[in-house]
Parts: sequence; structure tokens; C-alpha cells
Amino acid sequence: MKQTLAQKIIARAAGRDHVTAGEVVTAKVDLAMIHDSGGPRRVAPILKELGVGLWDKDKVFLVSDHFVPGDTEEGASILALTRTWARDTGVRFHDGQGICHVVLPESGQLQPGMFAVGGDSHSPTGGAMGAFMFGIGATEMAGVLATGEIWVKVPETIRIAWTGQLGDGLMAKDIMLALCGRLGMDGGKYQAIEYTGEAIKALSMQERMTLSNMAAELGGQTGLVAPDEVTAAFLRSVGGAVPDLSDLHTDEGAEVLEDHTFDATALAPQVAAPHSPANAMPADEAGKTAVSVAYIGACTGAKYEDLQAAARILKGRKLAAGVELLVAPSSKRDQDRATQEGIMAVFEAAGAKVLPNACGICAGYGTHRLDADVTCISSTARNFKGRMGEASSQVWLGSPLTVAAAAVAGHIVDPREMLS
Amino acid sequence: MSGRIFLFGDDIDTDQLAPGQYMRGGIEAIATHCLEAIRPEFAQTVRPGDIVVAGRNFGAGSSREQAAEALRHLQVVGVVALSFAGIFYRNAVNLGLPILIAPSIDDVADGDTATLDPEGGVLRLTTKGTDVALEPMPENLRAIINNGGLVPHLKKRIAAEHKGTAE
Repeated sequence: MKQTLAQKIIARAAGRDHVTAGEVVTAKVDLAMIHDSGGPRRVAPILKELGVGLWDKDKVFLVSDHFVPGDTEEGASILALTRTWARDTGVRFHDGQGICHVVLPESGQLQPGMFAVGGDSHSPTGGAMGAFMFGIGATEMAGVLATGEIWVKVPETIRIAWTGQLGDGLMAKDIMLALCGRLGMDGGKYQAIEYTGEAIKALSMQERMTLSNMAAELGGQTGLVAPDEVTAAFLRSVGGAVPDLSDLHTDEGAEVLEDHTFDATALAPQVAAPHSPANAMPADEAGKTAVSVAYIGACTGAKYEDLQAAARILKGRKLAAGVELLVAPSSKRDQDRATQEGIMAVFEAAGAKVLPNACGICAGYGTHRLDADVTCISSTARNFKGRMGEASSQVWLGSPLTVAAAAVAGHIVDPREMLS
Repeated sequence: MSGRIFLFGDDIDTDQLAPGQYMRGGIEAIATHCLEAIRPEFAQTVRPGDIVVAGRNFGAGSSREQAAEALRHLQVVGVVALSFAGIFYRNAVNLGLPILIAPSIDDVADGDTATLDPEGGVLRLTTKGTDVALEPMPENLRAIINNGGLVPHLKKRIAAEHKGTAE
């Protein structure tokens, strides 16, 4: 029977030879990721109420990223609770190392073919590794931690192919904003999105993570990229084992719900106007909108390669008068690498302010939340009203290149004008 | 129980339902600010028995279940929408908040008096005297809601397993 990649992973996790789209099955979870916000402080009381412990502490991956650096009394107390729970349970704990969606792949623990859940909506990021990973809420996570199982309605697959090659100045973020604009925030219909095509195959693992991460903004349950030699090389680079990848792909002729094809070669840098990622348009059609805050941060917008891209624009340039550039590298590992390669020095020389390796203002936390009426351009994934600060703040989304270019110009601009 | 309908548009997101800036606090604090970015008086005026009706993709965005919990805390009896974001849908079921898909909400107006029958899959517009047929919920999910959410549902299951072991 011809199956999609999503069906193959679910069938294996459900102990079945094959599964059919639409049926509800109970699957065994290979890995459960939780963070300080939706994690211990919310699941521990439920586990206590149920009177049970963890089904398997070695399959639980805990990251502190939401309340880091714990600079408020409440934040500090939530972090303290998180650390105590980690000690008591003995789960794998990455404390203050960065945002969970980046720290997990960097740990080498997430394997292609895994059936995994995360207590955060951007958990589809794991799909970049060829894992069926999706986000769930805290109560459902408590159920997983107690039983090791979860129900799943076997999704259809929406296949999105990008042919050709992205031009210089284009990034995975541009692909995703264009897709949000074309398909809408419910275009994914809570099905499995699978990215294919030569432009996707040519992307690095970190760029693929941006695609899979923003499957959330497309309304998909997960966003898969079939594992290949890029995946294997990444796994080796982080010290992870490389499983047999030979069957981890959608079979030729397997039934899919929708097939979309887009031309990467024709894509121009994108921005999304407030207050939805679906308000996408080419950057040069944004009417040179003036910005006063530029934010390079979050799981989807401040990984090593995002920082490297922004530095291409910022090298030898200064911020426009009245513009504040905030940089919150996604992980400590990525920031360390960027420091070694002189990238962080470029940010410093340009006048940027560097913030902790945490979710920060993308999740509405921290001291840099946007003031009333501020216009910001951000490399993050979502620009919902009031998410990053006051309800009257205006957030545009763009790639790290586009954010950096706006910080230099003082207004939204096609970043290709600044690349030589 | 009869209540009033609060009608919303498409893509009502989790930041509107449970604003990030109040997430440090408990559900009491979060619920006070539920939907205030788009309807400032909502949390103050909604009463037990009221029903939220919305367009497509209700609950888009974050996995924070406080989005569904805030509505339950305000004693909204259920949410009816043209479609739901996947995680929100799961969270609502797990918290025991009835959540139903309507093929059309064209007949529904803000402020209508109505009753919601999750079991029968009907939204009764009592002022108008008409019914809106809703898609029936899958049986296994109805069981979770009828037990009051996933935690009481699991409690039952764990108790049954213990009983099984004891015997």
C-alpha cells in the first residue's frame, strides 16, 4: 500500500502496517518536549492529581526558554520550579541554552522517523528532521507524560513543491510568508504539510527548520521535509545517530490531499503587514513603511544562519537614526558560533542590543515589549495584534535580511538593494 | 441553559483569547483580558451560559490552553465556528469545553438568544425559532468532554486499570 511519510511514521508509532487518512489511532510517543511555560508548572499538578509519575523520563526533553532570564519575581519562581522538577524527575534538561525548537535538534536527540510531541505550537519545527512532530497543550502533555500515548487523527498530506532555486537575498522565511499569503493561515487544514522540490532540497537544515516551524502559521499539524543527505550530515554534526532513512519518504503515487507548486526563482523578498502572517506582499510594495524597532529573534528568525544573513547587511553600516535593533539569538550554541566568526561583533558595531537566548518579546515576555503605536519589523513567525506588546503596536514580518535592511534604511526596503 | 451569542469573525487567535502579557498570572487574571484587543467589554459582559460563535480558524496560533481555559472560566457553554485551529480544538476537548463545527453561521447574529446542545449537535436560536445543525463530534472525543476533560477521563481509566490489576 502506497503511503505518505506522515502515514508511515504514524503507522509505526501505532503498531500498524499502515493507516488510512481520517482514522483516529492511538500512537506511542517517541519523544515529548516541554518548556518552562507549559511544562512542569502546569503538568506537575496534573500528574499529582492522577497519582502517576512519568511514563519514561528518558523520552522527556525539558528546555527553559520562556521565562529566561528570570528577571521578574514571577519568572524567577517559575524557573526555580522548573529546575526543581528537572532534578526530582531526572529528565534531560537544557537550562538557558536557547529556544526549545532549536535546542532539541542541536542536541541530536530528535531522529528522523520519530513520532514526537511538543508543548508549544511551533513544535512542527521537528518536521525538518523528518520527524512527525506536533504541538499540544499542557493538559494533553500531562496525558502523554502519564501514559506515553496520544490519539491522532491520521492526516492527509498537503504537498508543497518549490521548483528552481532561491535567488541571492531570499530565505526560507520569504517562502513561508509567501505561502501564508497564498494559502492563508488555515491553508494547512491541520493536515501534514510536506515540503518538496529542488529549492527545498537545496536548503540547509536551519533553513528547513524555518519552513517546518511556520507550518504552524499555515495551520498544518506538522511540516515535513523527507530526510536526506542534508539531514544525515546535520545529525552527524551534532553527534546524533543516523537511522536508516531509506523508507522515510512519501511513496510515488501515494494519495495526497493537495499538490501545490511554486517557482522559487521568481520569488521576491516578502514582508507581512500587521496583524497576520497572511498579509504577505513583496517588500518593495510595502510603501517604505517607517520602522523604529527591528527585532531579530525567536526560534524561526535568529538561528546561526539568520544571524549570518543579517550581518551581511549590517557589516560596515549603521542603524538609521531613531531605529533600535534588538537581537536575541535562538540558542547559546548559535550565538557562540556567531561570536567566534565575528558576526556578533558586526551587530555590536552597528549599534544593536543583544538580548538573552530566549523567546523574549516574540512570546510577549521581557522588558523590551513594544510600546503603544510603535512600528516594528521582526524576523519572528507571527505578528498577531498585541502579541509583542501594546495592542496599538504594529508588527511587520520579514526575513533576517529584510529586517536588517529596514534597520539600516529606517523603513521597509528590498534587502537585495544592500547586497553586493 | 439559554444564553446570548457573542459573534466573532475569522482567525480569532490565542493572543486575543489569552494575551501573552498576562500569562504569568493565573487563569483568573488571563480571563479578565480574554478577547479585549478586539472586544474590550467581552470579559466583563459575558455571562454563564453564553455561547461564542465565530468564523474560520478559531483559536489560531499558540498551544497555550489558557485560550480555551479562559472561555471555560468565563462559563461560556461552548464554541461554535466554521473551523478551528488544530491545537485549540484538541485543548478545548481536553479541558471539557464543547467545541462544534457549523457548516454555516449565516443565520446567527450577535446578541441572539440561543441554547447549545453538544450531544445532539444543534445550536437553537431561540429568539428566531430556528436551528443551526452542527457537525457531530467523534465519539471518543465526546467521551472525554462528557467526563469533564482529559484529566477526569484519565483518572477513570487509571482507576479502571488499578481495579483490573487488583482483581
